[in-house]
Amino acid sequence: MNVRRVRVLVVWLGCVALAAVVVARARYITDLSGFLPAHPTPTQQLLVDQLRDGPASRLILIAIEQGDAAARARVSIGLVERLRKDPAFASVDNGAAVAGQRDREFLFQHRYLLSEAVDAQRFTAAGLGAAIRETIDNLASPAGLLFKSLLPRDPTGELLNVIDQLARSPTPQNRDGVWVSSDGSRALAVAQTAANGSDSDAQSRAIDAIRAAFAAAAAELPSSAATRPQLRLSGPGVFAVAARAKIEHAAVRLAIAGGILVVTLLLVVYRSLSALGLGLLPVATGALVGVAAVALGFGAVHGITLGFGITLIGESVDYSIYFFIQSRQVRTDGATGGWQQRWWPTIRLGMLTSVCGFASLLPSGFPGLQQLGLYSISGLIAAAFVTRFVLPALLPPSLTVRDVTPLGRRVAGLLQTVQRLGRGAVLWSGAALAMLALAVLYHDREALWNRELSALSPVSAEEQTYDATLRADLGAADVRDLVIVSGPDLESILRSAEHAARALETLVDEKVIGGFESPANYLPSMAAQERRRGSLPGAADLRANLKQATEGLPLRADSLQPFLEDVEATRHAALVTPRDLAGTSLNSGFDALILHQKDQWNALLPLRGASAGAEIDLGKVAAALKDSQVEDARTLDLKQESDALYASYLAEAIHFSLAGMLALTVLLLVALRSPLRVARVLAPLVLAVLTVAAGLAIAGVHLSILHLVGMLLIVAVGSNYALFFDRQAHAGEGGSQALTLASLVIANASTVIGFGLLSVSQIPVLVALGTTVAPGTFLALLFAAVGFRAAESAHA
Amino acid sequence: MLRFVSLMLLCIWTAGMAPARAATPGSDLDQVMGLLAMRQHGRVEFIEQHFLAVLKRPIESSGEMRYDAPDRLEKRTLKPRIETLVLTGGVLTVERAHSRRVMDLHAYPQVLPFIESIRATLAGDRGALERVFRVDFTGSVSRWTLTLVPLESKVKQSVSQVRIDGAGDQLLKVEIRQPDGDRSLMTLRPSTLP
Repeated sequence: MNVRRVRVLVVWLGCVALAAVVVARARYITDLSGFLPAHPTPTQQLLVDQLRDGPASRLILIAIEQGDAAARARVSIGLVERLRKDPAFASVDNGAAVAGQRDREFLFQHRYLLSEAVDAQRFTAAGLGAAIRETIDNLASPAGLLFKSLLPRDPTGELLNVIDQLARSPTPQNRDGVWVSSDGSRALAVAQTAANGSDSDAQSRAIDAIRAAFAAAAAELPSSAATRPQLRLSGPGVFAVAARAKIEHAAVRLAIAGGILVVTLLLVVYRSLSALGLGLLPVATGALVGVAAVALGFGAVHGITLGFGITLIGESVDYSIYFFIQSRQVRTDGATGGWQQRWWPTIRLGMLTSVCGFASLLPSGFPGLQQLGLYSISGLIAAAFVTRFVLPALLPPSLTVRDVTPLGRRVAGLLQTVQRLGRGAVLWSGAALAMLALAVLYHDREALWNRELSALSPVSAEEQTYDATLRADLGAADVRDLVIVSGPDLESILRSAEHAARALETLVDEKVIGGFESPANYLPSMAAQERRRGSLPGAADLRANLKQATEGLPLRADSLQPFLEDVEATRHAALVTPRDLAGTSLNSGFDALILHQKDQWNALLPLRGASAGAEIDLGKVAAALKDSQVEDARTLDLKQESDALYASYLAEAIHFSLAGMLALTVLLLVALRSPLRVARVLAPLVLAVLTVAAGLAIAGVHLSILHLVGMLLIVAVGSNYALFFDRQAHAGEGGSQALTLASLVIANASTVIGFGLLSVSQIPVLVALGTTVAPGTFLALLFAAVGFRAAESAHA
Repeated sequence: MLRFVSLMLLCIWTAGMAPARAATPGSDLDQVMGLLAMRQHGRVEFIEQHFLAVLKRPIESSGEMRYDAPDRLEKRTLKPRIETLVLTGGVLTVERAHSRRVMDLHAYPQVLPFIESIRATLAGDRGALERVFRVDFTGSVSRWTLTLVPLESKVKQSVSQVRIDGAGDQLLKVEIRQPDGDRSLMTLRPSTLP
């Protein structure tokens, strides 16, 4: 072993060890944040925070199905009782009488500061008289009787006012004491986790806790029940956890299946275990270096990037296939130069064109796409270098792989028929196919691209529909339209929220919106509380007013002494702060509507449609807010905003890809020094991409960003094929033709196997890649082979 | 040993009790219940008086009550202020000029006896009555009195006893006593309202 060889191996092993350390210490993330913008506008930032950490992201929707209604209700109550004791949940609700002791105490103690009905007029003789008369009338009703014992302390019914204030949001149908779906077929509950939605581990633990609580609650049912109730969960956290499990599961399964298939293929081809082992070195090194580069470049590796690892097998395994088959030939024909001189320049050029393609992902605004780009570039370069320097250094002199010339001859024989057709016929049919594909794409141009963010979602359409159904049954849980007021501190945004609420009330009356929520419903601003406290009269005045008010009423004035004491106590009591909310179930409701970012506070006021499914005219809402001069208020349509965001990234990615194609063309022009040769290399690739795109359009698939990445892969992998044909046409090595052809066919078979597997996975993003790349690379090889053979026939 | 003896005693005691209970009030109560169950709809006027310790004099309300078998009860109070109270399938909806409140009776055991006593009696649903109350029947089919005492402690906190007077399939009076001494008395008569 010479010095040079030792040096190569030491450098390689050093790099691998370094990469392994980086990979082992890297942080891995699995949420959608990789597909959220890296440099957002303030509104986008709000959106990102919403999706990642907002109240919506912490929601778990719980449905109990099957079994009979009574059993579902019992399980629902048992489930919620257990979960309420679990600190992992900020709140759990199923409609059963919540109002815990602490909630009631809080609301009762602070009723004069919380009730919107409290103002100076309320405590005049006339105001008191009207309020007390209403309370007495309420006593005639069984519902009012609930408050009978409170009358001496709360004759104006302020607690009822506060409760009504909080109960403004619509509640789901209630049957057997718990929330049920509109058709009554499921019992419903909602849990809000204490942890952020983006904390997949915490979400996963919360889901396990719900399942355990359900199992325990269901176990209490009499065993006679014919069908047992079943649990089904939905919500962003549930989706994220399921997606993670799915991706992990699929990645492992696909890696194993793909590995077995490719290994079998290579064994059949090489008939040598050591060749097989060596052949996997570029793949493994490439994947390792790719992940390490991403970890170093981004600080964290996205799960999708890892899933992408399998796709790299497609191209990097090709390198070793070319190496073994072609270096065998070098040895057998003993002709001019070694493999390094004869084939490496072509592989290098092929690798550089691939790098050009993937480099177009680097400037993207999506960290997820940037990661894919960096991963592919570094992985490919590493794999190519291992093939060029390490494999020759490790190749035992005795190692020979099976002679695949017969396979190459057979393929060449098939191509003979093409040759007989003549150049013109091939050219024309290629052009016709391109025109046809373009016509299809032009026809479908409107619906060609999926511009919704959900295109990237790993959640199936059925799951999304189910989620929407649960949300519809639960009422306002799905927040789509919001009013956001911002300010430098909590007090300022609570004031603005109260201001905005007055404008929104008029919109409710005009039926522009059905209703809205506000954090100020839970905790009024200090200013509002101070105003209310200030409007409470002194003890002597109140006593006098009360005496006047109760004249003619059937109430004993002396029985209201506790009321006088409570009002006096409130006059000297401190105002309610967020700290007082802690420990009550109101806290999560309040927290959900407050978003604190660095130096800015935001209050969210979710809007409800005037009727179920009715769209809200945000223009009117914005105008109303402007008319009443609410400062720093804006409206936001979350879905539209997130879709617009995605659409802009899609457009950007398309532009960058076209730029990448341009760079690739320039590269080829420089390397090949002939526009005609460049055109011949590119034509089959472009035709393959067009055909696949048209095929997908005909199949009714809307293209997403992952399809675009797949097209880049077609160009990346296909350019190697075309360049080999180009090399052959110009090197004039007749003897090696069959062997080159065989190596390309085998390389393509391994790629089609790898990506074909992706297309049968359950994850939409991987399916997109698989269904684009598997047929695309095959077509690229076919078109390149036919095209170059036809060109040769012209020479002949 | 002691446990065995007490178990034996219990068996003998219950064995002795069972036939006696079934024999005495059964026939008349069942007959009245049968009569009531046959009525599919009912419409009566009511005047209700509430005697409350906090008030110097009773408050009076009046209106109309409608019943549709088996579980819909509507109580429309016209005076002193309009309020509609609808009970369907265990859910109580209380509607006033500006507010609408939906309550699930299971969630409010304190409210349950006020309404369930009347509904179950109108439906002739002895089973439903006996799920919530201990039922005592006195009198005859032509003039009877049902005395209902809540079984559950939560329900007992708001109602100590409900007494319903009736004749045949007609309810005449409903008196509800609360543990704090407050009570309400509702007098019913066939509706003359349009």
